Formats: sequence, C-alpha cells, structure tokens
Amino acid sequence: MEFYQQVLQYLVTGVTLGSIYAIIALGFITIYNVTGIVNFAQGEFVMLGALIAISLYKNQVPIVVAFVGSVMVTTLIGAALQRIAIRPAKGASTLTLIIITIGASITIRGLGLITWGPDPYSLPAFSGDQPIAFGGAAIIPQSFWVFGATIVVLGGLYAFFEWTLLGKAVRACAINVSAARLMGISPSSMALFSFALSAGLGAIGGVVMAPMTLATYDMGSMLALKGFVAAIVGGFTSTPGAVVGGFLIGILESMGAGLISSGYKDAIAFVVLFLVLFLKPNGLFGGRDTGRGGL
Amino acid sequence: MLEVVGVSTYYGQIQALKGVSLSVNDGEIVTLIGANGAGKTTLLNTICGVLAARRGDVVFDGQHVTKLPAERIVRLGISHVPERRQVFGEMSVKDNLILGAYHRYGKEKRAVIDRDLETIFELFPILKQREKQAAGTLSGGQQQMLAVGRGLMSRPRLLLLDEPSLGLAPMLVREIIRIVGELRDRGTTVLLIEQNARAALRIADRGYLIETGRIVLEGTAAELIANPIVQSAYLGKGYHHVS
Repeated sequence: MEFYQQVLQYLVTGVTLGSIYAIIALGFITIYNVTGIVNFAQGEFVMLGALIAISLYKNQVPIVVAFVGSVMVTTLIGAALQRIAIRPAKGASTLTLIIITIGASITIRGLGLITWGPDPYSLPAFSGDQPIAFGGAAIIPQSFWVFGATIVVLGGLYAFFEWTLLGKAVRACAINVSAARLMGISPSSMALFSFALSAGLGAIGGVVMAPMTLATYDMGSMLALKGFVAAIVGGFTSTPGAVVGGFLIGILESMGAGLISSGYKDAIAFVVLFLVLFLKPNGLFGGRDTGRGGL
Repeated sequence: MLEVVGVSTYYGQIQALKGVSLSVNDGEIVTLIGANGAGKTTLLNTICGVLAARRGDVVFDGQHVTKLPAERIVRLGISHVPERRQVFGEMSVKDNLILGAYHRYGKEKRAVIDRDLETIFELFPILKQREKQAAGTLSGGQQQMLAVGRGLMSRPRLLLLDEPSLGLAPMLVREIIRIVGELRDRGTTVLLIEQNARAALRIADRGYLIETGRIVLEGTAAELIANPIVQSAYLGKGYHHVS
C-alpha cells in the first residue's frame, strides 16, 4: 500500500511536470513546422511569462489580470523577436537562424537578470495550498491549474488549426511553403504569427507553474531542454506527439527521481532522448507521410 | 493581358531563361510547349513570382509585377496551378479549396466564395464526393482536379497551368484538357504548359515553342501543328491532324 501510494504520488507529480513540458514542446513544434527553425529562446518565453505575471501581481494587479497580461506581453515579445532578430536575416540558412535564436535566448536571459535580479520569486497558488487527497496521494490544487491549462491549450490549438482560416493557412505553410504562397499566404506573416503563438504558449506554461516552483531569470534553460526532448520524442512535427512526449518525460522523470534517486532527475530526460533516437530515430509519432497519388 | 518582355531567370549561376518574350491576350488559351528542362516551369514560376527574373519585365494588365512576391501577385488575378499538383496532402479536399480563396476572405462576402465553391463542385463532382477526405489520399487525376479547382478558387483572370496531364491516364488527360477549354469558355484566360503538345495544341488558340531557355517558334495552334519541326520533335512521327 505504501509503495502504491508512493507511485501514485510520483505519477501525479509527473503528470503536472509533463503538462508543462508538453506546453513547451508545443511551442517548439509550432515554430518548427512553419519556419523550420528550432527556437532555442523557447524557455525564455516561459521565464518571461512567469516573471512578468509575478511583477504585475506584486503591483496589486489581480491574479487573473496578471495571468492574461503576462501572456499578452510575452506574445508581443515573441512577435518582436521574429521582426527584430529573425526577419532581417531573411535568406539566411536555417542553421544561422537557429544560432540567432540561441543569441536571442542569451540576450533575453541577460535582460531578465537586469530587470529582476538573480533572486527567485514566487506567485501564490491560484486557488489555495490545501492539498486534495486522491487515493492516498496528495494533489496540490495548482496541479489542476497546470493540467487544465494544458487541456485548454490543446483544445484551443485544435480548434484554431482545424476550424479557422488563419489556422488552416498556418498548416498549409507548414506542409508546403511555395504552394501556400501561390494561395496568397505570406510565409513571413505566418512566421510572425508562429513566434507570437509560441511565446504565448510558453508564457501560459510559465504563469501556471510559477506558484509551484521559484521563478528566476535563468529558469528557462532547463525547461526548454526538457520541452525540446519531449518534442523530439514525439517526432518534432506532431501535436499529439509533443503532448505524449511531454507527459512521458514528466512521468519518467518523477518516477525516476522518486524510485531511483533524485540526483538523476535531470538526466532521465536525456536517457529517454538517447533511447528514442537509437530505437526510433523519427520519434514516436514522426515519419508520417501521405502519398502524392500517382506520382 | 500578360506581357513577358525579355525575361532572364537564373538558378544561381545557371541561366534557365535567356530573354524570353511572350504575350497572352484576354480570353485566349496560349500553350507553351517544349521538352523537359527547356524552361517551361521556370517561366511560369517567374511570371507568378515564385522565382525572380534577373532581367526583363513581366507586365499584367499594365502593371509591372516583376518584382512582386508570389503571395501578392495572386491577389492581382494570376493563379498558378503548380507542377506535380502540390495539394496540401494532410488537409481535406474542402480545406484545400478554401485555401485557394485565402486572399478573398475579408474582402468579399462569404456567400460569394461559397457559391464559387459550389461551382467548383459542379465542375468536378468527384471533389464534392471526396469533400472531407485528406487530399493526399486522392488518385493522381483527382489531385489534379483539386489543384485546378484550388487555383480557380482565387477567381483568377489568368490561370497558369503547369503540366496538368503529367502522370495521368490518357482518358483523364482528355478530361483535363476538355475542362481547360470549358474554363476559357467561362471567361478565364489560360497559359498552359504541356509536354503533351498534341493535347495542348488541340485546344489552344496560339502557342510558343521553347528550347533551352529561348522561344524558338510562335504562331497559332494550326501553324504550330503544321510546322515540320513541331511535327517531328513534339507530335511524333506519322502525326496527322484530323479536323
């Protein structure tokens, strides 16, 4: 019973962690699918989301407004990043663009250090700290917020990509840029949009996780790596893949930390990454291709 | 309607078009015939803005479009149905058609676009049947119809068709060619690229022959069919025109 409870507790923690990784992974693949860029500043969006929300909250802004405000500001920062750093390098190779995002990541982290200093900040939980008992495991209410945010984000993304013209245009751009241009879809606008969307997603992850962890200017790096691993595990182009990858990494990490040793916590994601790359290099959901029919 | 004047296009150091000039008048079907690698697709890609001409000028309805990107040119009324169809394979047939009208949303009434969608379904009833199916699961001929339908959804005044018969069974080739004729009758001007010169010249008003990046011959369809060079090299030995 004791062991079962422990495992259940690790599972709950793992699902919570996994939700965060899934949101970050979705940010990675959104930009990658549209532009071919792996955006290494993805973790910085999470950091900005968390710290801007905290700053707003500290200035007497209600938590809901701080949440929405932070996501909006971070979305604008994502758009600005595309316009300031990526678009001027039009025509550069993808590798160059990826290196630019590494530079952007370091720059944003530096600006974060100047703005917020090196100290950790925290945000109160959205709906109290009283844990809820669940089959012997204790769930802190914030976990529901984190998990709920992931579900809402997924639902929102699905509705957007399936039902709206803009969403369809983004997908068309991801499938075939030159054919999309022939439809009048501007790849540059779609790239701008994908950066804004990814930044918004990262910020949502940052705000909902802020009450559970201490937010610092450099929190983004490790989170981005975990989200990156989750995205690769899921095949790097597939939405369900990114989500499954996120949960897989989160749960394995939590189990490994609890059952083996917490010292290995951060190493587990990379062990999983190696295993996936050795055994199924296209990722669990990668390598899907639809025929061209006759050609 | 379309004037191409002395256009030269390069792929890096390699010159694919060497000062090509041609014109398309309102209501015509003009065909560009030539062998593989002669520069046919390059010319269409230069007209529609996917490739940039290094020299020369492309004028559409009196407006210089040479320097405009593809996503702007389609708004002016030139629609390009690209080679190998290039439908959005993972998306449904209907979504492909809707994206064809992408630039019209917000500018025109939804009802007008919906009516055009119905017109496309009348033109290609098979697409109506497969409306919800992923475009990548259609047969080659159906994908070609979808590509043409998608191109028409932008309501072009000039339609650029790149090898619509490529890889299709002879019966489907005839069907596609018949539809091109029907489009002209409905008021769309067509610039048609074909390796299947025989099929193309059957419906075209005028034609150009392109060889290694240069226009070497031009004339009415009848003149081209009667031309010995065209006959031996592009129509096959023993070809007789049956009127």
